[in-house]
Amino acid sequence: MKPLTVLPIFTVIVATKFVEVTGSDLSTNETGHRYYVASFNWSHVQAPFTIALWILLASAAKMGFQMSKRLVSIFPDSSLLIVLGLLVGLVLYLVRLDKSIFHLNSEVFFLFLLPPIVFEAGYFMPSRAFFDNFGTILVYAVIGTIWNSVTIGFSLYAVSLTGLFRVSPPFLHSMLFSSLISAVDPIAVLVVFEEIHVNQILYISVFGESLLNDAVSVVLYNIFSSFSRIGQENIISLDIVAGLLSFFVVGLGGVFIGLLWSFIVSFTTRWTSHVPILEPLFVFTMGYCAYMTAEMFHLSGILAIVFCGIAMKEYVEGNISKDSQTTVQYFMRMLSSSCETVIFMFLGMSTVSTKHQWDTAFVALTIFFCLVYRTIGVVLQTFIVNKFRVTKLNTVDQFIMAYGGLRGAIAYGLVVALDEKLIPAKQIFVTATIVMIYFTVFLQGMTIKPLVNFLKVKRQEQREKTMHEQMTERLLDHVCSGVEDICGLRGHHSIRDNCFIQQFIDINSHRYEYYNTKYLKPLLMRDAPKSVNTDIIDLFKKIDLKEAMDHWTAHGSFDMIASASSLSALIRSYAEGKSK
Amino acid sequence: MGANTSLLLQDEEISEIQKETGFSKKQIVRLYSRFTSLDKSSTGALGVEDFLRIPELAINPLRDMIVNAFFFESEDGERVNFRHFVQVLARFRPIKKNKPHPLNRPRDKLRFAFGMYDLNRDGFITKNELLSILNMMVGSHIHADQLDRIATRTIAESDMNGDGKISFDEFCHVSQLYTANRKV
Repeated sequence: MKPLTVLPIFTVIVATKFVEVTGSDLSTNETGHRYYVASFNWSHVQAPFTIALWILLASAAKMGFQMSKRLVSIFPDSSLLIVLGLLVGLVLYLVRLDKSIFHLNSEVFFLFLLPPIVFEAGYFMPSRAFFDNFGTILVYAVIGTIWNSVTIGFSLYAVSLTGLFRVSPPFLHSMLFSSLISAVDPIAVLVVFEEIHVNQILYISVFGESLLNDAVSVVLYNIFSSFSRIGQENIISLDIVAGLLSFFVVGLGGVFIGLLWSFIVSFTTRWTSHVPILEPLFVFTMGYCAYMTAEMFHLSGILAIVFCGIAMKEYVEGNISKDSQTTVQYFMRMLSSSCETVIFMFLGMSTVSTKHQWDTAFVALTIFFCLVYRTIGVVLQTFIVNKFRVTKLNTVDQFIMAYGGLRGAIAYGLVVALDEKLIPAKQIFVTATIVMIYFTVFLQGMTIKPLVNFLKVKRQEQREKTMHEQMTERLLDHVCSGVEDICGLRGHHSIRDNCFIQQFIDINSHRYEYYNTKYLKPLLMRDAPKSVNTDIIDLFKKIDLKEAMDHWTAHGSFDMIASASSLSALIRSYAEGKSK
Repeated sequence: MGANTSLLLQDEEISEIQKETGFSKKQIVRLYSRFTSLDKSSTGALGVEDFLRIPELAINPLRDMIVNAFFFESEDGERVNFRHFVQVLARFRPIKKNKPHPLNRPRDKLRFAFGMYDLNRDGFITKNELLSILNMMVGSHIHADQLDRIATRTIAESDMNGDGKISFDEFCHVSQLYTANRKV
């Protein structure tokens, strides 16, 4: 693997003078080896040092962006990073550095930069909401992505037959391109969503779709690229059947491997109580192993690591110490955000470094088709999905879903990985992809927030729940699930969306719940808690505290508070509250 | 499924149940086959033990209450026949637009939830009733003292006339703050 080698500018200038002296020794005289007090050996530290400098530069830049409130409120983070990458790329270009140096190579992307991002997404997935809407998410992710790929591919191919484009790529290459351009990456959208708290159903639909959609795109991409390798004229119907079959094998296989590793992690953390310092390490390395194992068998690594994250969370959080939990969460966020940062920067730099082949018709039509087909796809699918849902997705939600289809890192990583010998139109594809990313990230990413505000998208309620509500909600949850068990059928009376997939999921999730409590938890956890509804207690503590404060401010003493143990806690937290 | 018992469901009976509950015919047939599969003794009625045999119910902290809900209002309080079984279940149907049905209107659903809390059926939720439910749900993990305060808190939130218990009207009022209709 060729390491990322990009030199900061000053070392570039220096290094060019010292090129002949880097290496084992610095002797330029013929008297043989002499001992040098100091020597300069750049090549020795080149790769790690440049990587460190990149992350440093990007993080510093991010810090700079955050200082300016106005800048951040207008532009999404990703767009600012792209701009930064562009600037750095330009500078490096002017210094005449070898272009291949500051280019994101696809291997680094898929092996090192991508896994942390998807792992984090999976780990922090609100799993209950995810599985409650799993049917909908699955429809959007799988059917939607296939729909987008096929329609865009066909349309581009049809237009290329008319000779409008400079190069007319064969049909399979068009499909390959369309499958990678369908990889929607709404990271930018999610940031906006989190800020303004859109309702949970919309949030989870977009979030879930973006996660699974990456995986589907990669699978499609692999199918079409191997088809291209076989060659269009040699493809027999058996290949097509095998392709369809591999689609399921790759997807489900990835999920299976992810679950397998998540059980191994959970089981391991059962025994780590005496070495808490190693706990986060197990979580990270095994998550990574899940990705690698799946990749090894050419299964979907993305799905593996996502499901590994989703499945392990419950057991791991129950097993590891509080400190380790914080470490895991923090480290995960840090890792994924630095990876994102690096990717977007490289995207900007690559704009400068790649050999572009501009084809106006192709680029314009790509953007046009992407927008149109995504919109049509979302509307059609929502129409179908709504038939089965109790809580419908309204027009505004649909619009946001269609509009939120930003392209990002995945599409870029895939297009760079194309083999130029095999696909002569690669340069055009790369250019079109980069333009598409720019277009969506800048134009849509910047306008989505005002739009959400303007369209008055249903917000997630921010008010505090009352004790009564919390309790009744819990009660009704238990009652509903109990009644469902009695009926022996699912989804006729719950708020879950119940398309046929969902029913299957629901039935099994319920079964899973049962087996989970009965067998899995005791197996995977140190001390399996009985089903405790801690949220009731948490809420009570919060309310209690608030009351105490109010009481304090009103009366200036704690005459009525019952137990002394909570008194000290109250005073402490009250003091903290004051000092804020 | 084994709907081949001696007690076949008659068409006219189905249509009557349909009228009563608003379930579709298909649903009723499905429920009936479930009913017969639960009915181990084949007497055409279910006893408490039939319900408790359902494995998934074993982990439900409120299972006793849920099962009891089926027996409340039933003729003899010991067995539940199919008709009554379906009537109880009817409260859980999602409400179709503009077609409120007498058994699952929002107020009926609230009535149901209220009935869940109101263990002795005197029309009031008392602190002790709340406590016993909290005990079931939260379990023995926390201090009795704390549970007690949670219950006090909950009563205080919804008790408007200050008698220390929650009547159905008070319960409805508090529940109106959020839509119970969507939950059940």
